[in-house]
Amino acid sequence: MNEDIKTFTISIYTENNIGLLNRISAIFQRRHINIESLTTSQSEIEGVNRFVIVVNITESQAKKIVGQFEKQIEVIRTYYHTDEETIYQESGMFKIKSDLLFEEPQIQNIIKESNARIVTVNKEFFVLEKSGRRNEIESLRRDLNAFGIMQFVRSGRISVTKEPMKVTEMLLGIQ
Amino acid sequence: MKETQTLETKSTSLETIERICGSEAIVKCLIAEGVDILYGYPGGAIMPVYDELYKYQGKIHHVLTRHEQGAAHAAQGFARISGRVGVAMATSGPGATNLVTGIADAQIDSTPLVCITGQVPSHLLGSDAFQETDIVGISTPVTKWNHQVTKASEIPEVIAKAFYIARSGRPGPVLIDITKDAQFGELDFKYEKCTGVRSYIPVPKINLDSVKAAADLINSAKKPMVVWGQGIILSEAEKELKAVIEKAGIPAAWTIMGASALPTSHPLNIGMVGMHGNYAPNKLTNECDVLIAIGMRFDDRVTGDLNTYAKQAKVIHFEIDPAEVNKNVHADVAVLGDAKASLTQLLPLLNETSHDAWLQEFKDLYAIEFENVIKNDINPTKEGLTMGEVLKEINKQSEGNAAIVSDVGQHQMIACRYSEFNKTKSNITSGGLGTMGFALPAAMGAKMAAPEREVVAIIGDGGFQMNIQELGTIFQQKIPVKIVVLNNEFLGMVRQWQQLFFDKRYASTEMTNPDFVTIAKGYYIEAKRVTKREELADAVKEMMASKESYFLEVCVEKEDNVFPMIPSGASVSDIRLS
Repeated sequence: MNEDIKTFTISIYTENNIGLLNRISAIFQRRHINIESLTTSQSEIEGVNRFVIVVNITESQAKKIVGQFEKQIEVIRTYYHTDEETIYQESGMFKIKSDLLFEEPQIQNIIKESNARIVTVNKEFFVLEKSGRRNEIESLRRDLNAFGIMQFVRSGRISVTKEPMKVTEMLLGIQ
Repeated sequence: MKETQTLETKSTSLETIERICGSEAIVKCLIAEGVDILYGYPGGAIMPVYDELYKYQGKIHHVLTRHEQGAAHAAQGFARISGRVGVAMATSGPGATNLVTGIADAQIDSTPLVCITGQVPSHLLGSDAFQETDIVGISTPVTKWNHQVTKASEIPEVIAKAFYIARSGRPGPVLIDITKDAQFGELDFKYEKCTGVRSYIPVPKINLDSVKAAADLINSAKKPMVVWGQGIILSEAEKELKAVIEKAGIPAAWTIMGASALPTSHPLNIGMVGMHGNYAPNKLTNECDVLIAIGMRFDDRVTGDLNTYAKQAKVIHFEIDPAEVNKNVHADVAVLGDAKASLTQLLPLLNETSHDAWLQEFKDLYAIEFENVIKNDINPTKEGLTMGEVLKEINKQSEGNAAIVSDVGQHQMIACRYSEFNKTKSNITSGGLGTMGFALPAAMGAKMAAPEREVVAIIGDGGFQMNIQELGTIFQQKIPVKIVVLNNEFLGMVRQWQQLFFDKRYASTEMTNPDFVTIAKGYYIEAKRVTKREELADAVKEMMASKESYFLEVCVEKEDNVFPMIPSGASVSDIRLS
């Protein structure tokens, strides 16, 4: 009965309420589930927030924790999806010494080939932004690492699902 | 200064909006929710509310407990016997944290509670102010919902929502933390009861196809067995349960939280499942072909080892909380919804039948249990008194009409195994959390909610001392509750495990106890101690006849064990008789 551990993206539609993050993270904590990434933002519905949480768990664990989320009063609806069922990406930012742009011509090629975007440039440093899959950002990081990165940060995953999530209809049905 | 304005609304009625302060609004909200008794303990951050309780004392009775934990458990006892929402109140900081055990107990046993705590003024939040504690953070994992109010104007809506959430669907505890400035602040008060929260579906809609599928399985079953839980009591589905099992001739067992929903004497009542439940229903869980679980959640104390639990059976799960379905045991058919409504739908689809040979299997195993365990528990021939014979005497003299409030440990298992129940909502105990110290305050709450009922607390000498201070509340409030302490001078259940699984190394389980009778008398409660069998019947008689609170200590055999027993992690069918 040993099930495979897979990457699941959990989408939680919630009321916008202080303290809800605490309730949600406690559900993972009690079950010793490590959160790979967590992003929260406004959803497509006015006044409704959406958590996008990435975890590596079994499908039966995913089903059970979805039940636990839906039980929370201010959670409107929760879904879980595999990578194949979602369109997802992350974003990385790199702060690099400006001198390198001129001293190391290769960097310009790396930027071009990676489709990274220059956010800002000044005398001391420039900032690159790269959106995409984890491996694309990681590969850019490896390439740039050879020349020295002053700062690097990567965001959590954001994702939309291929199938519709009928939260709006559900909310209209309740009201 | 209060001013009252009267506004005409679109409807013909006149609605009154009053300008009042937050603390008065809190009390008015409680009264509007029908609260006439609440339990609590005052302190700095909740003083404005207590000042209003003083003014409204003709309409709402505040019971000063001797500890906030006592207040929470008293509110639980109140809720459990009456089905109403229990209310507890405390100040910020230690007052609030002392409620937490009761809140956690109410959460795991689905008890509707509204707890109101005072909080430091909002400008001091997060400053480590005197008696500031993050009670919303602390109580988050053990509440159905919680919320902090920092503005007086939020009070009516939040309290209305608190009561709605606490009592609806699968009930549970709600904590509302109210800053002192919100209590002092003014608002235009108007109270409207909450009838819905858009993100919350209290009762899932019943799917008639699943009811039909359940009926088909039951109708084709040769060896069906019902295990019901507290869901029957919470949805008041006692009649429906009885009708269903009688029509389809199904032997029915109960979890500790479901006890008393069907009279003990009912011919289809086959006893308690679980670690110290009855032999037959545990053994035959692994023989039945259809297991019908109603309003229960397959707790580990019920199932034992899940890998060997009812694997041969098709499982039907009637359940209000979708998160419970397939959580521990896979359901072949899940019927989501309120138990009363679901069973009402199920009844007409069932064939009238009986399963006499199958029922006989339960009776045969009961005979084995009687011979090996029950006989010695309730009709002992050895010198020392047993807990079982005390329960038997209480049954006899109460004629099975008492509400039994038990604490946690050996005496709890004995009380649940041997109490005879004629009426529902008669078994009040800490099931899920196993909170020692529960029974004394819960019994006083129960007695206040149902003064017409005989309420008997059955407590061990360990648990009694965990909230012994509530004798003071019982005395001050003149609560005619009957208190029985079964004293074996041990933390008996832990000692039993030490004997069975730790080679009798009795680490910190032996208790040198004070003179409990003198303590009770110190609180001016009539009290008696029984040490001999021949004194028992008269002492119980005297206790039952008393119109006031009464304390009875029974000194029982020190090292008796509770059997049957499913050792932790073993299969239900490996239940031991000795």
